Amino acid sequence: MNILGITIAPYIINIVIILLKIAVVIAIGLLHVAYATYFERKVIGHMQVRLGPREVGPHGLLQPIADGIKLFFKEDIIPANADKPLFYLAPVIFMVSALTSLSVIPFFDGFVIADINIGLLFIFAMSSLGAYGIVMAGWASNSKYSFLGGLRSASQVISYEIAMGLSLVGVMIMAGSLNLTDIVRAQQAYPTGMFAIPQFVGFFVFILAAFAETNRLPFDLPEAESELVAGYFTEYSGFRFALFFLGEYTAMLIMSSIASICFLGGWGLPTFITANLPVFLWKALGLGMFLVKVYAFMFLYYWVRATLPRYRYDQLMAIGWKLLIPLALANIVITGLIKIWIKGML
Amino acid sequence: MPSEYLPILIFLMVATAFGIGALLIGGLLRMKRPYAEKLMPYESGNLPVGEPRYRFSVKFYIVAMLFVVFDVEAIFLYPWAIVFDKIGLYAFIEMVIFIVILLVGYIYAWKKEAFVWD
Repeated sequence: MNILGITIAPYIINIVIILLKIAVVIAIGLLHVAYATYFERKVIGHMQVRLGPREVGPHGLLQPIADGIKLFFKEDIIPANADKPLFYLAPVIFMVSALTSLSVIPFFDGFVIADINIGLLFIFAMSSLGAYGIVMAGWASNSKYSFLGGLRSASQVISYEIAMGLSLVGVMIMAGSLNLTDIVRAQQAYPTGMFAIPQFVGFFVFILAAFAETNRLPFDLPEAESELVAGYFTEYSGFRFALFFLGEYTAMLIMSSIASICFLGGWGLPTFITANLPVFLWKALGLGMFLVKVYAFMFLYYWVRATLPRYRYDQLMAIGWKLLIPLALANIVITGLIKIWIKGML
Repeated sequence: MPSEYLPILIFLMVATAFGIGALLIGGLLRMKRPYAEKLMPYESGNLPVGEPRYRFSVKFYIVAMLFVVFDVEAIFLYPWAIVFDKIGLYAFIEMVIFIVILLVGYIYAWKKEAFVWD
């Protein structure tokens, strides 16, 4: 290509386009995280008959910005006996692994940073990497609370990862692909437009596993404040704490996006809309649909947080291993059986 | 196609640069006033007692071992689910046998009370 008389190689343009897309996704992702905290505080505030943040800006709208600036300038305390390299790295690993999952999420038809054929597997891989950040933080802090929180979190995350992985096998059977765009397309061909109805058992298992994977209530035992202060990030302060916070809320965004894409139809629209409207309009509409579903799922997170008490650790493990895994396995067998029956392959 | 993974690599680098860059720039701006009490591990205001990295329950280790078995199983199920349409009944029977073999181990672990936390 030729710009202002200078010839630019196509691969450079390609990389610039990729960089622009990444900048947009990261900027919007971070802004989303900032306002997800505001959304959460408002929702929980109103559920508890309070008003939530109100002081900074109109209706407290600038509260997340103020929090961000505060955390940026706060002192970064590193405990005396901490394992320094691990202590420095843990929050970065946690945040990066959560943020990188955004690269395979299709936000609307045709917009995805990396359209790889193992999209879903990549997200599982990244969410497992996040567990390293947690374990490293728990180990490096040299504090009892952090250590216990890190251990609990590691075993909770790996236990529920199995249930989550198995809950999505039903979706994979129905869609025949691990690519997230293909999964959305497969749902458009389906009469109800979403897999949540035929895969309701899988969806149920997925919701519980998603709550546990992101260490949210009612399964927030790694950071149970009444017994472990703040769990694995007790000793963190300032911007390192902010990185953990960012990572956790990004992970929630990823889980909500997976729920939206794999079970609720993502950006998929009925064909009579896509056939009769201009392309940019139905794509924007699709983006809106996707976001509405994502925020509905985020709302579910907050709703559950405001409603349910915390489980005990033995109950958490029993739910994961004795209830969710058999349910997910039964769901796989039944889905396979029905698929064979429908296709007449018996 | 490796070129499909190039954006992920770039994304990874941008995200890492954001994390480390923000920490470094912030390091120039924020104050540092450490003193011995501030750097002590937090233990609800008491002086820390004993070693924090003490021996922990073997249960965590058992969970990690079970995780390896079941996660590998889940990984085996993914390619099977993808090509399910093409292979049909044969694939289904094979996988039911696989799941049944796994269930035997699962029931054994259950009876050995590997899932009981006390």
